[in-house]
Amino acid sequence: MKYENQIQVTFPSKSVNEGLARSIVAAFAAQLDPTLDELGDIKTAVSEAVTNCIVHAYPNEIGIITLKAKITGDGVLDLTIRDKGRGIADIDQAKTPLFTTGGAERSGMGFTIMESFMNELRVTSQPGKGTTVHMKRKIVKRGERP
Amino acid sequence: MTSYLQDKQLTIALSGEIDHHSARETMETIGGKIDTYLPALCILDFRDVTFMDSSGIAIVINAVRRMREIGGKIRLQNIPAQPYKVLEAAGMAKLIEIPERSGT
Repeated sequence: MKYENQIQVTFPSKSVNEGLARSIVAAFAAQLDPTLDELGDIKTAVSEAVTNCIVHAYPNEIGIITLKAKITGDGVLDLTIRDKGRGIADIDQAKTPLFTTGGAERSGMGFTIMESFMNELRVTSQPGKGTTVHMKRKIVKRGERP
Repeated sequence: MTSYLQDKQLTIALSGEIDHHSARETMETIGGKIDTYLPALCILDFRDVTFMDSSGIAIVINAVRRMREIGGKIRLQNIPAQPYKVLEAAGMAKLIEIPERSGT
């Protein structure tokens, strides 16, 4: 797809990088002039996706997370978060609200939140090879806001 | 994290960014305070929370569970817009009374 701008960042799956990933995407998205509300939604979705990589893709090791952000011509922020970790055998189960393999520290609401905060969410995964989370969010132009 | 106890009422003020990176420590601190003071009511104050993802949901669920175990109640207060939206999206209103959104 035609895009107007894009960035790609790779970083190790350390939890300290969750905040970094949110800030990078927020700074990149700023050129679409989002509202605070839209920015909050985007940061939350990124946080969920990156946390999944850290907790589930690489449970016992540090692996590489690749974050791509694009802005397409129609004012859409297009995000891809990819890992080469353990993969998800059953994506529907992983998306079920409250389902988690992460124990009491996790709520099992990650995918639910990504789905409700973004316009589009697509998850592809191959057990043993990794997972790609692709999400899109349309940023409403200032003049077109209700 | 600051907290104060008055008349069996424990108020814990959360602050900063609540994510998976900070969640374990926060969860343990809240659990420790509840176990120490055995309050009748635990209030989690979100006024100074600048960001929260689903890790915050796990923190709230754990605090609810802990308070139920000791027969107490829990209340959330001063929730800014972003954490409020996360709590709502996660369906927390079914588990706990969430007050009207305050300010920004």
